[in-house]
Amino acid sequence: MTPQASSKFETAASPNPPEPKPHEGGLDPKIRSTHLDFFYGAYHALHDINLDVHSNKVTAFIGPSGCGKSTFLRTMNRMYETIKSTRVQGQILLDNENILEMEVSHLRRRVGMVFQRPNPFPKSIFDNVAYGPKINGMVSRSGMAERVEQSLRRAALWEEVKDKLHKSAFDLSGGQQQRLCIARALAVDPEVLLLDEPCSALDPIATAKIEELLFQVKHNCTVVIVTHNMQQAARVADYTGFFLLGKLVEFDSTEVIFKTPKVKATEDYITGRFG
Amino acid sequence: MRRDPGRLSFRRKAVNAIMLNVTGVCTLIAVGLLFFVLGYLFVKGGFSLNFDFFTKLPVPVGEMGGGMANALVGSAKVLLLATFIGVPIGFLAGVYLAEYAGTAFASAIRFVTDLLNGVPSIVIGIFAYAIIVIKIGFSTLAGGVALGVMMIPIALRSTEEFLRSVPVPLREGAMALGATKSRTILTVVIPAAIRGLISGMMLNLARVAGETAPLLFTALGNQFWSPGWKQPTATLPAMIYEYAKAPYEDWHRQAWAAGFVLLMLVLVVNITARSIVAGGFSHKQR
Repeated sequence: MTPQASSKFETAASPNPPEPKPHEGGLDPKIRSTHLDFFYGAYHALHDINLDVHSNKVTAFIGPSGCGKSTFLRTMNRMYETIKSTRVQGQILLDNENILEMEVSHLRRRVGMVFQRPNPFPKSIFDNVAYGPKINGMVSRSGMAERVEQSLRRAALWEEVKDKLHKSAFDLSGGQQQRLCIARALAVDPEVLLLDEPCSALDPIATAKIEELLFQVKHNCTVVIVTHNMQQAARVADYTGFFLLGKLVEFDSTEVIFKTPKVKATEDYITGRFG
Repeated sequence: MRRDPGRLSFRRKAVNAIMLNVTGVCTLIAVGLLFFVLGYLFVKGGFSLNFDFFTKLPVPVGEMGGGMANALVGSAKVLLLATFIGVPIGFLAGVYLAEYAGTAFASAIRFVTDLLNGVPSIVIGIFAYAIIVIKIGFSTLAGGVALGVMMIPIALRSTEEFLRSVPVPLREGAMALGATKSRTILTVVIPAAIRGLISGMMLNLARVAGETAPLLFTALGNQFWSPGWKQPTATLPAMIYEYAKAPYEDWHRQAWAAGFVLLMLVLVVNITARSIVAGGFSHKQR
């Protein structure tokens, strides 16, 4: 299947960031991956991934190191393009629009990302959050303060930083920096938020804060999280996918994956028999 | 085969002591040289240095006193022009090299700029002589172009190095928010490297400030003020050359004074540049 296969969807206008749609039960796919293959040069990293990410839910990907879960996450905002000689085959849709054919900065404004280690810009706390809205010309100068406050509140950081917005972001602790990065991503009002092992560099308390805020974030944003930590997936995710050796072994509601997995490999991994 | 362990240990201790002393003495010489040069210049030139040196023109042979005000201004003008030529070209080419060039092309550019950096300064002088002096004559302009060309390769390489030191996650953070590559470079990468970039340019300037050979047949020299950009001008290094080889005691003292001033300027620029880098925050993340 080629990326062109979806050209009939091209005309689908990009909707405004969706309001919570409880009546739909979050069951319409926000992102749909069909027969997706991924290559680093000659290395075949992802094999035939078929999966729906549901709106306003938290979807977690688990699996041992090098299984392709982060690679798959990076196809959703095409972050893989920063690495040379990478190649994608198949189809991946955002609201029925082909991600592979979208204008990349437009895509990344709609699909935000938070990285493994906090990566605040060497700017003030305020300017970090204001960066996205500013470069995308989304908010007027006068509306910026409000947008920054609102984003920091969504990332549960406002109370801690409201008195030092113009201090350097490097003055914050690691956990605060990561929440700042979440606020920075939320400031452009993305429809989807990707988190690539966001807590792997953080202590348990900072981790708990981030997990807590994800419950709020998902009300008006679809969340996809890659994690090494199975307990974290069990705690925060509505759906969980288990990756192994570049294949999606099993994908189901978190309850099913952790209580009654259908595939032996999933059970083995969940119960700690390998990985 | 077996040697007396006591003797062996004595030999080892002796070798160790000798090595420690030899390397220590060499280090002392290396470090001491700067203070020796500084002290020597200060004794020879510092005492001939007075207010007149900074405010007055050179006086004819036989008259006492006078200064090198025209050379100070001339050097400043030449260096200003050199900065305006060398820094933008070197900086922008460095941005291209660090951010856009493919691996093979980048190493080709690097090789060529290293060659340019290795071109003896007097050859750069001949070049400026051939393309400018022959057309408009000895001038501030020709001197500035010669030094500007010398600044390009170092400006380029220091820009490249400091931009490359900006961590990839920082760039990814900006691109993940929808920033284009050029936007990311302008708003995140360059600001993150700005202290290094500025200090690199200052060190570059300090390095060419003492260049003499290319100035001898571009800026030439002048006993008087040099208005505008198209006339021969006095510069500190060329003045030192001229005054030091003259047979007059008084001129020798003036040359020492000029050398002292030049060295102090270069030292101040160096120290300032280093403190700019040291004062910067680190890119390291927790």
